[in-house]
Amino acid sequence: MSESPASPLTTADGVPLKVSLRRAVRRSKIKAFLLVSPLLLFLGIAFVMPIIEMLWRSVDNPEVTTHLSRTVAALEGWDEESLPGEPVFAALVEDLREGQAARNLGLLSSRLNYEKSGMRSAINRTARQLRTIEPPYREALIELNDTWGELDTWKLIQRESTPYTLTYYLAAVDRQLTPTGEIVQVPDHLKVHVSLFWRTFWMSAAITGLTLLLGYPIAFLLASLPLRHSNLLMILVLLPFWTSLLVRTTTWIAILQSQGVLNDVLVALGVIADEARWQMIHNKTGTIVAMTHILLPFMILPLYSVMKTIPPSYMRAARSLGGKPFLSFRRVYFPLTIPGIAAGGILVFILSIGYYITPALVGGQSGRFITNYIAYHMQTSLNWGLAAAIASILLFVVIVFYMVFNRLIGVDKVKLG
Amino acid sequence: MKFHDKQAGKMTLKLMTCAVAGASAMGLASLAQAQQTLNIVSWGGAYTMSQQKAYHEPWMEQTGDEIINIDRSGNALAGLRAQSQAGNVTWDLVDMLPADAMIACAEGLIEPLDHDELLADAPDGTPPSEDFVDGALGECFVASIVYSNIVAFNTEMFPEDNQPSTIADVFDLEQFPGKRTLLRKPINNLEWALVADGVAPEDVYDVLETEEGIQRAFAKLDTIKDHVIWWEEGAQPPQLLADKEVAFGSAYNGRIFDAMVSEDQPFEIIWDAQVFELDGWVVPVGKLDKVKDYLYFATDTQRLADQAQYISYGPARYSSSDMVSVHAETGIDMMPHMPTFPPNFATAIQKDDEFWADYNDELTQRFDAWLAQ
Repeated sequence: MSESPASPLTTADGVPLKVSLRRAVRRSKIKAFLLVSPLLLFLGIAFVMPIIEMLWRSVDNPEVTTHLSRTVAALEGWDEESLPGEPVFAALVEDLREGQAARNLGLLSSRLNYEKSGMRSAINRTARQLRTIEPPYREALIELNDTWGELDTWKLIQRESTPYTLTYYLAAVDRQLTPTGEIVQVPDHLKVHVSLFWRTFWMSAAITGLTLLLGYPIAFLLASLPLRHSNLLMILVLLPFWTSLLVRTTTWIAILQSQGVLNDVLVALGVIADEARWQMIHNKTGTIVAMTHILLPFMILPLYSVMKTIPPSYMRAARSLGGKPFLSFRRVYFPLTIPGIAAGGILVFILSIGYYITPALVGGQSGRFITNYIAYHMQTSLNWGLAAAIASILLFVVIVFYMVFNRLIGVDKVKLG
Repeated sequence: MKFHDKQAGKMTLKLMTCAVAGASAMGLASLAQAQQTLNIVSWGGAYTMSQQKAYHEPWMEQTGDEIINIDRSGNALAGLRAQSQAGNVTWDLVDMLPADAMIACAEGLIEPLDHDELLADAPDGTPPSEDFVDGALGECFVASIVYSNIVAFNTEMFPEDNQPSTIADVFDLEQFPGKRTLLRKPINNLEWALVADGVAPEDVYDVLETEEGIQRAFAKLDTIKDHVIWWEEGAQPPQLLADKEVAFGSAYNGRIFDAMVSEDQPFEIIWDAQVFELDGWVVPVGKLDKVKDYLYFATDTQRLADQAQYISYGPARYSSSDMVSVHAETGIDMMPHMPTFPPNFATAIQKDDEFWADYNDELTQRFDAWLAQ
């Protein structure tokens, strides 16, 4: 019995089988990659890059270093206890002169005005009047505008002369830096963001709870009815789901406003007096009602998909082993639906903290979300750094929730229908 | 056979559509030499309609240009910034508030304008720099109208012998009960609160620059806080007044006028302590050559006088003010409805743009915190 060393297996054309196999696998990998590459590219451009841009904008602080470069250089080594000397003022004049000629002082003056009201007009007015002043610049500038005679102004310029800043994040949580660099709370009459964050979270939690309360029985009914009936019911769930968000929101306004349908009916029935109509919209109630309605399908569908997979025989088995209906429900059925509850819950909660049109339309003052503030800072106050900081905090919260969910339940449990 | 027929039919159809599309594209291209499309950003509603009638339509007829109205002036500054950062400015002319124009100008987003060179003289030869009202010509800005923030009320909500007439009445819940709707911003409300508290209209901004002044204004607003529905879109107050959801509403005077004449609403304007300001055109950087002729046309004496036939905003030119006549559709006399009509103007406050440029961010935050309390 002589065993010749096993000659490697080859394919018909003489290539070793191993090599051939490797080639085939590599080829199919490349093909698969090419197939998903358009999506990857799209995600990169439309999703990842904007997020990076946002995170970067929330700490980016180029205005002072770019537009007051000479002043910042001249301020180096300043003792911070008395007004800076003539060279600093001369540098400021030169910086402003250049900025005025290039017409780019606007961003600088807006930036400093976020930190200290009055800086916008101080810079713009000074820049416009530069032609009229002569050395010594220190006296001339202070004469022109008191702001330049204040120590805090210079501390502010010094403090903001770093390429990155934390001030936007501090502002997003109602904190600020003192001119000397300590972190303190803003005065009570300026605190808005933190309470809005909390309100956004607790109202989203309340909405999630309500959708669960309303959605669970419906999903159960859907899953247990014969297909013929459940399909009809499913359409009733899906039709509002497919209707425009704006339409559903404005419909709630028509129903709930004080001269609206519901109040009219209540008055006609004599439940309430005409003068004492209920205020059900343009407040928290409005937001909760409208958003619960709008987000309900996002709870029902994952619940339904989980309940559909639970064989009815389990419950029958529990009953035949002597379980009372409630006990068998609690010990057998309910635990099996937990993945559905979690999936629906995380969907509704995350969607809800990002909602913005509905709270803006029906929330009034007490029912608005932090997202309305992001829109405000993007569109009206133009403080994009602060908007980015608030948005980043929301993003962070969503990621934390997602990770907790993934650890406890597993993301693969999320499915719609 | 059948399959082939169908395919062939499809092919010819495709070819034909291609040919038609190509021809029309060529046609458009050759037309574009002479005619162009102007993207004009404005406020929408009755105001854009007045612009459409007074200058867009005559201009389109005269030149064959196409004018596209974009209703984005509420956030025009953000839009300009975003377009300029993206390096693709698609707006050709923007209707803006002077305070926003000041910021846009300082940021280099819009063109500086040489008014005497760019704009038409008055019919009697007065140069624009002397014919426009005070503050109407900014470094990068040319005003077309004077509008006003006023409080209006629904006359049916109060007995005939007890109708409100002053701004203090808005804060008087005992004599004039009912909900109020006010703009959800500190602007105007702080001024009115101080006037209602006894500050003379001309001293309002001096008082507001002090911490005590701000506290005083908020304290006065506190007295009606529970009776206010806050509005954010210019169309809301006329709607809320018409539905009798509110008795008083702060609004732009043109919107109230429009509801009064076009919809016969029983509204009346309280002109006391009206806060008036200007509104007008700015040109995004790089668009001056394209809109030069249009700007000359749209700001001349006749056009501004024409606009006052459609909406009760005062023309920003003296020479046009003299020509204000009657409403184009109903024929009612426009003069008594203008903010600048002397009896209306007696206690008017001119909005201080520089004050708001400095304090808007801080006061808005304070206002929001106050609302949330």
